[in-house]
Amino acid sequence: MFQITLHKKNAGSILVAVLQGELDHHEATHVREAIDKELDLMHVPLLLFDLKDLSFMDSSGLGVILGRYKKVQAKRGKMAIANVPPSVSRLFEMSGLHKIMRLYSSQNEALRSMKEVTQ
Amino acid sequence: MNKPSNEMSITFSALSENESFARVAVAAFVTQMNPTLEEITEIKTVISEAVTNAIIHGYPDSDGYVFLHCKIIGDKMEVIVEDHGVGIEDLDLVRQPLYTSRPDLDRSGMGFTIMESFVEQFEVTSKIGEGTRVRLIKQIRTPHNAAVHEV
Repeated sequence: MFQITLHKKNAGSILVAVLQGELDHHEATHVREAIDKELDLMHVPLLLFDLKDLSFMDSSGLGVILGRYKKVQAKRGKMAIANVPPSVSRLFEMSGLHKIMRLYSSQNEALRSMKEVTQ
Repeated sequence: MNKPSNEMSITFSALSENESFARVAVAAFVTQMNPTLEEITEIKTVISEAVTNAIIHGYPDSDGYVFLHCKIIGDKMEVIVEDHGVGIEDLDLVRQPLYTSRPDLDRSGMGFTIMESFVEQFEVTSKIGEGTRVRLIKQIRTPHNAAVHEV
């Protein structure tokens, strides 16, 4: 089972994507489309992934996250990730993703930091 | 350590819906070896990678089947994931970290790197027009198991 929930924070300037369950290649297409639909509407996109309840992810999930990062960067936006589970953290380290991405231990901490960007 | 004490095989359609089915089935089968949660995650991940490769790259434009075979031999599990699809031309190239033949699909190119680092032994053989076969061996390091299966 997999679920994605999208919220807008900070008067609509930050898109929060909460991922729950198991993210694999089968679910990746839907996640990509749902996020990109919102990103396309944002002028300078600020995107935050919350992975608190992500129980499983493979390289297809890495692809989705890297793909969104490239898209956000291309529009001079910012992207961050909150609550990376230990199993996912290993994949981030292997792919070097932890070096290019801002990682936070809670959604609130990430949001506080991202809000500063908009001020 | 040659004779398997338990084996199972599954054949399923090369559909992405079956990726979760395959990794959950193997995780359930390996439970009898008393693996740690970390070992289960590693097994689920490698199965997911191998099966996804078979579905996306083995059968890019056609229907087909994925063949999964698991053997428990002592404290090790051998898994074979096979497709009868198009095959891989350059195995050295696809095993390089970050390489992907399908950048259009937002692939990370980390599948082989992840598989290689999560198991003790990993080999891939392929023939153009005949298919690809991934064989891996994962050791379950639970002390209980090592003692029981000492030969």
